[in-house]
Amino acid sequence: MSTEALVEISNVNFAYDSRAILKGINMSFPKGKLIAIMGLSGCGKTTLLRHIGGVLKPTKGYVKVDGQIIHDLDQEGLYKMRRKMGMLFQFGALFTDMTVFDNVAFQMREHTDLPEEIIHDLVMMKLHAVGLYGTQDLFPAELSGGMARRVALARTIALDPMLIMYDEPFAGLDPISLTVVGELIRRLNDALGATSIVVTHDVQESLKIVDYVYFISNGAIIAEGSADEIRNSDEAFVRQFVHGEMDGPIPFHYPGANFSKDLGVRV
Amino acid sequence: MALVSSLRGIGSRVVNAVWRIGYASRFFLMTLYYSGLSFRRFRLTVREIFFSGVMSLIIIIVAGMFVGMVLGLQGYETLKRYGSESALGSLVALSLVRELGPVLAALLFASRAGSAMTAEIGLMKATEQISAMEMMAVNPIARVVAPRFWAGVISMPLLAAMFSAMGVFGGYVVGVVLIGVDEGSFWSQMQGAVDFRHDVMNGVIKSLVFGVAVTVISLFEGYDAPPTAEGVSGATTRTVVESSLAILMLDFMLTAFMFGE
Amino acid sequence: MERSTLDLWVGIFVVAGIAALVVLAFKVGNLSTYNVSESYSLQANFSNIGGLKAQASIKSAGVLVGRVTSISLDTKQYEAKVLMSIDSRYQFPKDTIGKILTSGLLGEQYIGLDPGGDTVMLKSGDEIKQTQSAVVLEDMIGKFLYNKAETGK
Repeated sequence: MSTEALVEISNVNFAYDSRAILKGINMSFPKGKLIAIMGLSGCGKTTLLRHIGGVLKPTKGYVKVDGQIIHDLDQEGLYKMRRKMGMLFQFGALFTDMTVFDNVAFQMREHTDLPEEIIHDLVMMKLHAVGLYGTQDLFPAELSGGMARRVALARTIALDPMLIMYDEPFAGLDPISLTVVGELIRRLNDALGATSIVVTHDVQESLKIVDYVYFISNGAIIAEGSADEIRNSDEAFVRQFVHGEMDGPIPFHYPGANFSKDLGVRV
Repeated sequence: MALVSSLRGIGSRVVNAVWRIGYASRFFLMTLYYSGLSFRRFRLTVREIFFSGVMSLIIIIVAGMFVGMVLGLQGYETLKRYGSESALGSLVALSLVRELGPVLAALLFASRAGSAMTAEIGLMKATEQISAMEMMAVNPIARVVAPRFWAGVISMPLLAAMFSAMGVFGGYVVGVVLIGVDEGSFWSQMQGAVDFRHDVMNGVIKSLVFGVAVTVISLFEGYDAPPTAEGVSGATTRTVVESSLAILMLDFMLTAFMFGE
Repeated sequence: MERSTLDLWVGIFVVAGIAALVVLAFKVGNLSTYNVSESYSLQANFSNIGGLKAQASIKSAGVLVGRVTSISLDTKQYEAKVLMSIDSRYQFPKDTIGKILTSGLLGEQYIGLDPGGDTVMLKSGDEIKQTQSAVVLEDMIGKFLYNKAETGK
C-alpha cells in the first residue's frame, strides 16, 4: 500500500501577536490513513487544521498538501485545492437558512454543472450513507445534535474529497451518536480511499478507529504512535490524558496562587 | 494625570475609528469586485430583496401615511396664518419628495432591514458557517454579502418612493378630505412646485446614496462582529447608530449640493 | 418560503415601487408638462437682475416657455448677462421685451417676455435687446422718498 504522504507539515512555526502557538511541528499524513491529533484545549490543534486548509500561513516552515505548498497558492489555486478537501466543523456549521437537502447539495450546485436529477440522486446517496435518508426537507433547527452532525458529515463528503478534516467531531454527543459518528468516520475514510485527520480530545472514541495519533502540548508534539502504542505509552502526559487522571504533568491547581497565604494560615 | 489619559483615550478612539473606516472601505470595494455572482445568479439577489425590501413594506407604508398626515395637519395650521392654505399640496409634496421620503425611509430601513442583515451575518460568522463556506471554496463575499448589498441598493429608492407617495396621499386625506382645502389647488399647485428633474430625481439619487451607505454599514458590522452573543448584539446596535448618523450627514451634504446656490 | 411565492412578492414589491415613482413623477411632479424637447438659446442683458436665479422660469402671457440657464456679469458693460433656454415650439419676434417680474407679492422672480410686432423672429444665440430690470426695493423707497420730498416742498 502506498505510504506516500498526502499532507506534509515541515518545521512549522506559527505565532500570533508575538505569542508562539506552534513550535517546530513535523507531521506526515500518509494517503488512506485515519490520523488523530490530540491535546488539551488551546494547545494548537485547531490552528494546525487551519494551516492545512490554507487559512493561516506559518511564520516558518511549510505545509504541503498533495505535493503543493498550500500557503503559496493564489486565490484560484487555493479554491481549487479546497474543492478536493472536506472539513467538518465543530457542531456542524450547517447553513441554517437552507434545508438538509440544500446543505448537502450546496457544493454540487456551486462547483459542478450537474443537472438537478443527478444532484438529487447524489444527495440521497450521501444521506443514506450517514443513515439519514428521509430528512432532506427538514431544516437544521429541527435536527437533534447527533443528526445535525451526521448531515454535516454528508455535506463534507458531497464531492468525494481526498482529504477530510474533522474539528472536534465528537463534541457534545450522546453515547450512541458517539459510536455512530466514529464508525462513519472510519467507514467513509475507507470507502472513499481518503485521508482523514481528526482533531479531538475524545480519547476512547478516537483510539477505536484511528491508525496513528499525534499528541500536542503547548504547540509542540510530545508523543506519537499507533493506537496501541499510545495506550501503552510511558510518557507522563500521554498517560494522564489517556487514562483521564486528575493530576499529573497537567496540574489540578491553577499555577502560581498561594491559597494558604490568602487565608492567612501559616503552613 | 486624568487629563492626559482621557486625551490619550480620545486619540486612540479617533485613530481606531479612522482605521475602521479604511477597513470598511476595503470591504466595500471587495463587495463591488465580487458582485458578478449577484447578477449571474440573480435569484440570490431576488431572495434578499424579499427579506430586506418586501418585509419593510408595511412599516414604510404605515409610517409614510402618518408622516404625510402630520405634514398636512401642521402645514395647514401654519399656512392658514398667511392665507396660503392652497399651497398645502406643494408643502407636503416638496417636503416628502426632497427630504422626508429618502431620509425617513432610509432610517426605517436601517433599523429594520439593516440590523437584521447585521445579526444574520454576525451569527453566520459565529456559528462558523462563513468559514465552512470558505473551506468549501465558495467566496462568502460573493455568495452572502454582495447579493444583500445589491438588494439594499435596489430596494431603497423604491421604498423611498412608496414612502413619499403614501405621504402625499396621507396629506391629501387630512388636508382635502378632512380639513377641506380645495382639491384642485392642492394638486395643481403641487404639480407646479414639484419639478421632476430637480425634486423627484434628486430624491431618488439621495435614496440611492443612502441605500449604499446603510447596506455597506450593516454588512460590514455583521461581517466584522466578534463571534459571541455580546459581539453580535453590539454590532446590530452600531449598525443602527452609524447608519442613522451617516444618513443625516450625507443628507446635509447632498442637500447643500443639490438645492443650494 | 416556497420559491414561487417569494418571487411573486418581490415582483409585486418592485412593481409597486416603480408605480410609486411614476405617480411621483407625473401626478405629484410636472413630468407630464415637462418637455424634453428641442430648445434654443437666447441671451439678454439687464442692469439689475434682482433676485433672479438660474433655473428660474421664463414665461410669456403667463405660460412657461423656458428656463434661465446661467447668469454672469458682463465685465465690458458691467451688466448682468442672462442666458436662457427657450422651448423650440415658441418663436419670438426680434423686438420682444424681456422683463424681470416677481410672482406674487414676495414671490420668486422670473423673466416675462412681451412680444413686439416684428415679423423677423429671434434665432438661436440672438440677443433680446430691450430689457427691463428688476425692481429693487431700496431704489423704490429712495424714489418714493425723493418724490415725497419734492411734492412736500
